[in-house]
Amino acid sequence: MLVSIQRQGNFLIASIHTALDDEELLRFQKDVVAQIGKHRSRGVIIDVAALDVMDSFGSRSLRDLAHASRLRGAETVIVGIQPDVAFAIVQLGMSLDVHTALDLEEGLEFLERLTTGNLDLERWGCVVRVPGR
Amino acid sequence: MITRTSDAARLGSDDADADEKAKLLPQLVAHLHKHRTELREEWSNRITESRLLTAMTPQEITSETISVYDNYVEVLETGNVEALQRYARDLSERIIPRGVETHEVVGIVLLLRDVLARSLFEKYQDNFALLGRVLDAYEPAANRIANTVAVSFVDERERVIRQQQEAIRELSTPVLQVRERLLILPIIGVLDNQRATQLTEQLLHGIRTHRAKVVVIDITGVADVDEPVANHLVKTVDASRLMGATVIITGLSSEIAQTLVTVGVDLSKMYTIGDLQGGIEEAEKLLGFKVTRSAEH
Repeated sequence: MLVSIQRQGNFLIASIHTALDDEELLRFQKDVVAQIGKHRSRGVIIDVAALDVMDSFGSRSLRDLAHASRLRGAETVIVGIQPDVAFAIVQLGMSLDVHTALDLEEGLEFLERLTTGNLDLERWGCVVRVPGR
Repeated sequence: MITRTSDAARLGSDDADADEKAKLLPQLVAHLHKHRTELREEWSNRITESRLLTAMTPQEITSETISVYDNYVEVLETGNVEALQRYARDLSERIIPRGVETHEVVGIVLLLRDVLARSLFEKYQDNFALLGRVLDAYEPAANRIANTVAVSFVDERERVIRQQQEAIRELSTPVLQVRERLLILPIIGVLDNQRATQLTEQLLHGIRTHRAKVVVIDITGVADVDEPVANHLVKTVDASRLMGATVIITGLSSEIAQTLVTVGVDLSKMYTIGDLQGGIEEAEKLLGFKVTRSAEH
C-alpha cells in the first residue's frame, strides 16, 4: 500500500507511505480530489512524514492538489515535512504555497479552526498567504 | 618496525647471539636499577639545563621524572609498552592544559635515552664489542619507548582538540526553548556560510523535536552578513514555514539592514522586529501567551 485515504469527520487524511513515481502521484491527486466530492469533505490533510526526499514534480503535484481541492470546496494542509525535505524544497527554489503544519495533530487543529471560521490567520503560526485568499 | 624485523631475523639466524642478548638485557636493567637515583638526577638536571618543562615546578619535575624513569626501565625489562602507554596518556592529560608542548615531551624522553646510553658507554668502555651488543639490545627498546610516549602525547592532544572543536560547533548555534512551542536562536559572532548551514540544520531539527510553532532568531551579535548568507536566512525562514513554524528575526543592525536592502534580498517573507524583547513579546502574542506583572510589584 503506497497511500491511504481515510475519512475523519469532515476531513480526509491522505498519508503517503512511500516515495511515489510521477504516475502514482497523478493517480493519488485524482483519487483525493474524487474522494472530496464523494465524502463532501471540507478539508484535506496530506501527511508526507514518511518521505525523506521530494522532487520538483512531487512538490508541484502537492501544490496542484491543494489548488484543485480548494476548487472542490476543501482546504488542504500538508503536514509532516521532514527538515531535510523542507530545506531541499526551498533550496531548489520550488514554491510550495500551500498551508503547512508540523504534524497530523497540528494539521487537524488548523483545519478545524479554518473551517469553523475560528481562525485568526495572522495569529496562526503556520499561515501563508495563498493566492486568491 | 624495521628494527624489530631485523632483530627477529638476527635472532633466528643466530641462537647464541639471542642467548647472549637475553642475558644482556637483564644485566642492563640491573645496572639502571642500581644507579637509579644518580641517573634520574642527572636527567632532571639535563631537563632544567635544556629549559624544558618550564611550565612545571621543580617538585613536579622530580616526581614525574621518577615515574617516567621507572616506567622506562620496566619497559626495557618486560618489553611491554602498555603500562607506559597508559602512563603517558595520563601524564599528557595532566600537562597539556598547562601548556606543555610536543617538542618538550619528545625532548625529555630523548634526553633520558641519551643519559642512559651515556652511562652504558661509561660502564662498558673497556670492552668495545660488548658495548656494541649492549647498545644493540638497548637502542631498539629505547626508540620504541620514545615513539610510544610521543605518539601517546600527540594522540591525547588531538583528542582534546577534537573535543574542543565539537564543543565549539555545538555551542555556536544553540537552539533554546523559552516557552512551550517557542524557540530562540541567539547568534553571536561571524555568520559565515558553514555556520549558516549548520544553523538551518539545527533549527529545522529543533522545530521537529520541540514541536515549535514560533522561532525567534536574534542576530544582535552579528556584525554583518553577505548576500549568500542573507539569502540562506530567507531560505531557512521558508523551510521553517514548510514545517509549520513562523520565524521572527530580531536585532538586525543598521548595517545589516542596509546590506539587505542594497543587495536586494527578497524581504517580503521576513518577519522582523527591532530587538529580542520585542520579538519574544510578539511570539508570545502569536502563541496566545499573556505575561502579566503580579500585583505585589
